[in-house]
Amino acid sequence: MAARNLPMREALRLALLEEMHRDERVFVMGEEVGVWQGTHRVTRGFIEEFGEKRVRDTPISEMVIGGAAVGAAMAGLRPVAEFMTINFAFLALDALINHAAKIHYMFDGMFTVPAVFRAATGWGDQATATHSHMPEPIFAHFPGMYVCSPSNSADAYGMLKASIRDDNPILFTESIGLYSHPGPMPEDESGDYVLPIGKGNVVQEGTDVSIFTYARGVEWAKRAARTLSEDGVSVEIVDLRWLRPLDTDIIFESFRKTNRAVIVEESLPMYSFGSELAAQIQEHCFDYMDAPIKRVSAADVPLPYSKYLELMALPDADKVVAAVKEII
Amino acid sequence: MARLNRETLVDWYRQMVLTREFEETCYQLYTEKRITGVYLHLYSGQEALGTGAIANMEIGKDHIITAYRDHGIALCLGMDPKNIMAEMMGRVDGSSGGKGGSMHLASRKHNFWGGYAIVGGHLPLAAGIALEAQYNETGAFVISFVGDGASNNGYFHESLNLAGVWDLPVIWIIVNNGFGMGTATDRAAGNVNLHERAIGYGIKDMGRVDGQDILAVYEKVNEAAQHVWSGKGSVLIEAITYRYRGHGVSDKQYDSAFAEELAEWKENKDPIVLFRRHLEDKYKDISGELDDIVAEQKKIVEEAVEFAENSPFPDTEEQLYANVYVE
Ligand SMILES: Cc1ncc(C[n+]2csc(CCOP(=O)(O)OP(=O)(O)O)c2C)c(N)n1
Ligand SMILES: [Mg+2]
Repeated sequence: MAARNLPMREALRLALLEEMHRDERVFVMGEEVGVWQGTHRVTRGFIEEFGEKRVRDTPISEMVIGGAAVGAAMAGLRPVAEFMTINFAFLALDALINHAAKIHYMFDGMFTVPAVFRAATGWGDQATATHSHMPEPIFAHFPGMYVCSPSNSADAYGMLKASIRDDNPILFTESIGLYSHPGPMPEDESGDYVLPIGKGNVVQEGTDVSIFTYARGVEWAKRAARTLSEDGVSVEIVDLRWLRPLDTDIIFESFRKTNRAVIVEESLPMYSFGSELAAQIQEHCFDYMDAPIKRVSAADVPLPYSKYLELMALPDADKVVAAVKEII
Repeated sequence: MARLNRETLVDWYRQMVLTREFEETCYQLYTEKRITGVYLHLYSGQEALGTGAIANMEIGKDHIITAYRDHGIALCLGMDPKNIMAEMMGRVDGSSGGKGGSMHLASRKHNFWGGYAIVGGHLPLAAGIALEAQYNETGAFVISFVGDGASNNGYFHESLNLAGVWDLPVIWIIVNNGFGMGTATDRAAGNVNLHERAIGYGIKDMGRVDGQDILAVYEKVNEAAQHVWSGKGSVLIEAITYRYRGHGVSDKQYDSAFAEELAEWKENKDPIVLFRRHLEDKYKDISGELDDIVAEQKKIVEEAVEFAENSPFPDTEEQLYANVYVE
């Protein structure tokens, strides 16, 4: 039987729904998650199904959404806290960085913080400077919290289940641009399709160049690879899925095969996913390097509103093709 | 202080009509994809608040700051509708060069320090702007609008407390339009009398005002200004109003649940209808003049649309990188 197709938002919804049925301790909290049915419809129908006890609308108070999730998790619940978009999680940085990510270590293992912080991420649609970020690297900077962002429905499903079941705090971001993308769901319908934390995925094998990316970058990479294959360039695409833990094995193995790398990220170029990967590759695979490592990132500006400026600032498949051609 | 002669009142009517016309045109343009993007939060229904509060300002001396629902503020201050419309469309002649869009109007000339899209984010800025006025003894005050929803985050509490401690000259006006997105005020605030929060910060609690009644708003803010001028620091006002076009144009689904409530507000509490009735009672010969004003505002908005659509889009690298830093 062919696996069903679901848009990513429905895959996430299903994972969350099943986990809430599986484990009484799991509950959701955040702005508009209940009565309004979820800003991105991931919690559609939840308040009717689970009631206000487990589906908690909050005031517009990110600091306490983040911090209360930490406390509830320490005390034994398993909160899935939603930030409407990652931009608003900036208001909860302290709760996430100073508390979620530190508590287990600071008290030498006495407490755990099994909280999942979900947030819509990414940019486009002229959301303008303060609503246009893909800032996962900021959060991944700090040891103590895992950070991931899925690129497709099946992964979203398996990664969210893994995140909810894991005992570490996890920032789980979801590309707004992918919510409506349909994709095949896993064949495994047991309810226990749980992807391993920190494992990347070779989306497509190739021999000439490796594209390392995650989330929406996978889409651009695939499109670029199709164009490049017409010119006889064989592209390997690696979806890291997790920024922390980072699957360095999969990166090094791919690079040692292709000897060339383009890193595609939706975020800003400085102190980024791209800089981290480039550093790790040169450190560990220096003898395998046949060309400089290229990065495709957003332009190094606060994102402008005006539509053509915005398009200029954002990465896309054409920019990936151009970067590959520079090192092939 | 503006004197409430006929000319002043008629000008208030003009501002409100201009705002309504502008907002409803934006709505139309959005459905026609002539205004694009995901965010467009309209001021329709709240006109009396902007107009009545701003009427107390000495424009260019006093200061004002608000959230993303900012078109009405820009228009009442006297910003040119042409540049505002061009900003909606992301054109070079926009008030922020097309970089800010609907949520980020501003005007240095009018001491309009901008519309801000992070809920509550502009409130500490208001405190800082007021600090400048106090520091340099300019005698100016700051009007800072605050959403009912915004009154629940840390920015609000920290800003009002600081204003209380330092006696900063801010008139904080909570725009209680019943909702923050889909969350009704009473589902988000432990105490729904939002104005009472003033007590906790040691600033003056000025209670509630009917935000649909422009004369009441004007009086209330006038009283607030007197307090602030006397050096006693901040005041908090809670204005009761309603949003006619829901949260934003891309968040419509929920509003149908409130169709009846909305109809009731439009029917009985429309700020423009109420004020027109007041003017017609007071000045028996005024109807023709008011009709002319309505026609004029329609034309002004039409011209603004034409101007905006003829303005080019910014599309060069130079424009993209301009003003990241002060050069
Ligand atoms: C910090 C932050 N959290 C969430 C949002 C998303 N958001 C935008 S407007 C809004 C509702 C704000 O309501 P209110 O303050 O009452 O203003 P109104 O829209 O009614 O004018 C929310 C939750 C945001 N922009 N910023
Ligand atoms: Mg509101």
